[in-house]
Amino acid sequence: MDTFTFGITMTIVGMGSTLLSLWFLTLIINLLKRIFPYRESDEKGKEAKS
Amino acid sequence: MIDALLSGLSGLVMGFGLLTIENIIMMSVGCALLYLGIKKNYEPLLLVPIGFGALLVNIPLAGMMAPDGLLRHFYDAGVMTEIFPCLIFIGIGAMTDFGPLLENPKILLLGAAGQFGIFLTLGLALLLGFSQLDAVAIGIIGACDGPTSIYVTSKYAPHLLGAVSVAAYGYMSLVPLIQPPIMRILTTDKERKVRMEYPKKSASPALKILFPVVVTIVTCLIAPMGTPLMGMIMLGNLMRESGAVSRLTKASENEIANVVTLLLGLSIGATMEGAAFLKPQTLLILGLGFIAICLDTVAGVLFGKLMCLLTKGKINPLIGAAGISAYPMAARVVQTEGRKYDENNWLLMHAVGANTGGQIGSVMAAGIMLSVLKGMGIG
Repeated sequence: MDTFTFGITMTIVGMGSTLLSLWFLTLIINLLKRIFPYRESDEKGKEAKS
Repeated sequence: MIDALLSGLSGLVMGFGLLTIENIIMMSVGCALLYLGIKKNYEPLLLVPIGFGALLVNIPLAGMMAPDGLLRHFYDAGVMTEIFPCLIFIGIGAMTDFGPLLENPKILLLGAAGQFGIFLTLGLALLLGFSQLDAVAIGIIGACDGPTSIYVTSKYAPHLLGAVSVAAYGYMSLVPLIQPPIMRILTTDKERKVRMEYPKKSASPALKILFPVVVTIVTCLIAPMGTPLMGMIMLGNLMRESGAVSRLTKASENEIANVVTLLLGLSIGATMEGAAFLKPQTLLILGLGFIAICLDTVAGVLFGKLMCLLTKGKINPLIGAAGISAYPMAARVVQTEGRKYDENNWLLMHAVGANTGGQIGSVMAAGIMLSVLKGMGIG
């Protein structure tokens, strides 16, 4: 593969994939937040532990 | 008798006789690193062993990097096998609280923008005539993450390890000097004063425990070549959040991280042997490393501006600068800059969220880079 093609491929695929992967992760975190919402009992449990 | 005495004494001055100008320059560089670490407190945990390693390796006849030399053993066992960066990542994971990121997940995107400098610098290095794999190693300085840079460089361009790691750690410690001017140039007074709301509810413990498991599965499936890095950082974080293995967590963030940091620093210093290090190429790499960090900051702040626009002013663009991986310096820089324009503007937790996003982003970017290279059949 010539240097120009390599550079362009790495830049586009690298930047695009990093952004898309992290965007996908934000969707998953938002989904997990809905499934496991924060509850008052979490805070009480934390206090009891400490 | 006299001849025997003279030949015996000559052995004691051979070191001076074999000292080259390159050795002297590199010993001075080693002393400068020691000065920065000890006196100026710039990343002392790393600069002190690196500086001392540079001193040791430039002593003629000491053979510290000879096939049976002490530093060669450290280097071969820990750096060439990639064990040191991975062990450090367990410690980093054990020390990192992803809570602020989980409370406001969209700032994870700033962690992606903060890695753009990696790929742009890779292109610049290719334009300057570096080989493809050398350019990859130089670009990774933009990850602003020492272990990631060392991991990638030791894999693809071990001959550049000294220059790349000095650039990565050096610029990481200089983040408080490099970032503020860029942040000021790219933002308006109004943008710098944007106050961000704090979420009313924090992340649940279940979410905090599931997060490292889910991130490992998702990111490692996307970029399998980054699994050693992402896997270790998330293992450390899982140990921290689960609370089930507090002994291992404490050992990871203290004893293991300390021992490995010492040996890693010495190993990096050991690559700074005069004849191998003092080349015009080294200066070019240091220059490109600087550009990489600047481009990361520019991309992060510009992405922050875009998010500010899209959220109708709910995101302060300054936190984009914390999207790089230099944790927690970049977050502190954001906090300091924000308070310069509004004394009561507390951006720290948001910046910490973006900063931890930058840590994930830098490892993800490295993993993607490695996986794309593998896909191309390179390396």
